[in-house]
Parts: sequence; C-alpha cells; structure tokens
Amino acid sequence: MTPALSAWNLGKRFHRVWGLRHCTLTIPEGAIVGLVGPNAAGKSALLALAAGLLAPTEGSLAVLGRDPLAEPAVLAEVGFLPQGAPLYRSFTVSQATEFARRTNPRWDAEIVAGMLERLSPHTKVGTLSTGDRTQLALALVLGKWPRLLLLDEPFAGLDPFACREFLQLLMEGVALISPTVVIASHVMADIERVCDGVVLLAEGRVRLEGQVESLLESHRVLLGPRRPIGAIRGVREIVRERHSGRQLTLLVEVDGPVLDPSWVVERVSLEELLLAYISPDRLRTPKPSEGIPLQWHG
Amino acid sequence: MRVLQFHLDPSSGVATYLQIVQQVKEALRLGTVEVGDQLPTVRDVVADLAINPNTVAKAYRLLESEGLVVARQGRGTFVSSTLAPPSLHHHDALRAELELWLASAIRAGLDDESIRALISATLRQARRPAAA
Repeated sequence: MTPALSAWNLGKRFHRVWGLRHCTLTIPEGAIVGLVGPNAAGKSALLALAAGLLAPTEGSLAVLGRDPLAEPAVLAEVGFLPQGAPLYRSFTVSQATEFARRTNPRWDAEIVAGMLERLSPHTKVGTLSTGDRTQLALALVLGKWPRLLLLDEPFAGLDPFACREFLQLLMEGVALISPTVVIASHVMADIERVCDGVVLLAEGRVRLEGQVESLLESHRVLLGPRRPIGAIRGVREIVRERHSGRQLTLLVEVDGPVLDPSWVVERVSLEELLLAYISPDRLRTPKPSEGIPLQWHG
Repeated sequence: MRVLQFHLDPSSGVATYLQIVQQVKEALRLGTVEVGDQLPTVRDVVADLAINPNTVAKAYRLLESEGLVVARQGRGTFVSSTLAPPSLHHHDALRAELELWLASAIRAGLDDESIRALISATLRQARRPAAA
C-alpha cells in the first residue's frame, strides 16, 4: 500500500534558519497521527510542504505516492486546514460554502450540510466564534472528501468544550470518509484520545515516531534510591534521568520486564514520554551553542 | 434504541479499545445486552466520545475474534453470543443473601479488605474438592 505521506531527508530553510531538517518519516494510509513538538519544531513547515505550499530545500517527499510540486493534481485529494482557520470574513456561511464548492473538483454537499446544521447560513464568517469558524473550516475541508487531511493547530484558541465538539465532528467525518489524518498540536490529551500514531519533532528533526500504544508499552518510569546506575536488566535505554535528594527517577525504554525489586516500575503517560524525548539534555546534540530554550505552550 | 453507551476513563491507564471491550463484556455478563442486539455503530461511538474510529473498529474486531459479536456488511455489529451464566435468574436471591451476610460482617467490624480476603479464601476452599 502506498503510504499517505513519506519524507526522505526532507529539509526546508527559511533564509538562514532551517525550519525542518533531516526529516525522514512514513505515515501509513488510514492512520491518525499526531504531529507534536515545541514551537518552531518544524510542524507547520512539514504540513505546508505536504500541502504543496512550500518547496523543499533538500530531500524529497511523496504525498499519496506523488510529488505535490511535480504533480499538483494530487492536491485535489489533500485537505489542509491552516492554523487559525483562515476564511473570508466578509462572506456568509453559505457564501463560504459555495466558494469552496466551486473551487474544488470533488464536492460532497451532503456531508458539509450535515456538519453545518448548527450554523445559520446567513451569518457572516467574521462574526462567528472561533469554535464555530473552526468547525466551518473543517466542514469545508471535509467536503472535498480528502484522502489525506492535514490540520495545523486546530485546537488553537478553542476552549475545552469547543475543542471536544471539534474532535467529535472531526472523528465523525473521519469515520465516514476514512482519510489519513495528520494533526499538528500542542494539546497532548487530545492527541492521546484520537491518534494511533505520533511523530515528535523538535528543532526541525524527528525525535520519536511510532504507534502510541506500542510507545506506551515499551517505556516505563523507574523509581528507586539514588545510586550509580549500571546496566539494568530489561532496560534498553535510559531516556531521561532525574534525581531529587535520595530519590532517582528514570524514564526508560524497556526490552523486557524489569524485575529488580529495588525499582518501583510505573507506566508512563504520553505527555511525560514526549517531554522526556525533548528534554534539553537530549536536544543538546549536535550543536550545544544553539541553546535556544524550548517553550511548551498549550 | 441504543442498548449500550460507552464511557471512557482517561486516567485508568487501560487502552481505550480495551475499555470498550470490557464494557461490552460486562453488559453481556449482566445480561443488559442479548443475542441479536446491535452494538452502537462506529460512527455513533466516535461522534459521542470523540475518539479514533480505528479504536472502535479494533475493539469490535477483538470481540468478533472471541466469537461474541458478528459484523454484518453495511448493517452493523450484532451480539452473537452471551456471557451471561445460565444461573443469571438466581442472582437476585443470591444477592439478597449476600447482603445479609455482608451486614453481619460489617457489624462484626470487618473492613472491605478483610471481607474481600475472607470471600476469596472461602471461594478457593469451596472450589478445591471440585477441581481435584
């Protein structure tokens, strides 16, 4: 099966700064993948490259098996919801819908109408709440029946209630259309709720990639008295080490059960796991001089 | 009519698809769903819980592989087997007796842990001759 999105050594430079670099990944068709990472990690750059809005500086990528710049026809099958759900603010809901219908070769009026039941067709887009505007933008992007759906920070500016409503609508649409979905987001709880895969980016590079369930299965938190750490049976790699007073806390990747009774073994949450992989001491490589502090805003 | 409504506990640490599987099995055990009943459609569940449709499909596939439900193309997923013990109709009477016993255990000053331990130990003992 052709992957929905694949990148080989993909890089994008903005003036002198690399927004994305050495990015190699494969997103299988039908997956729902969370693209996570701190600000300036390269999430938006990756989505804009996949949506054919940017040209790679180096490397290459394939969208539904095709190069979006060489074969822009593939973009008819890609739905892209940019950050902030930009729509013409002076249009009414029905004008925005008509505009989307006329500018897309494929259009499913029924699914759009079903999703917009709550909104009055005569309301001006500019007067809609952020939640409603985001829902409108989602309905219009699903109307083209995309095989690949790219969402850039769709939860930005939404309160928890609007956020849940958006997710319900999104998942209902996904159940109907079965597209591959890539959601760039800071909101971990929602990523964990809806995504079966996750790609962690930081400073333009892929730091971790995999199935959420298998990542949670293959990592554990070990708690024990502070001591010099040798090899621990069952541990493949120590991802993060923390100590406070006499206590030692390790976040580890395991390759078997940790049976040593001097460790208390606990499961790890997705958020904790992802944060561990982008902790400053892991990101220090390869150039310690670029000590830009990471900010994780939600 | 909806025979079953799922709920999620995100803090339980149990994978979402397993929570759905457990809730179906529990309903089967208690007899709240019966052979022939339709499970909520994938679309209904995801619109309700805001979860990934693949997760619901995975839960239903697991239930199907255990022979508890069958998927009928284009129509939905239906209960095909039950987990309710044939003794289900005895439950009310047994429960009433158990409540009486629990009341006397509580009067005697046993806490929940001790009550559970006593029941487990007695159950093990009662089953032993049968197993031998």
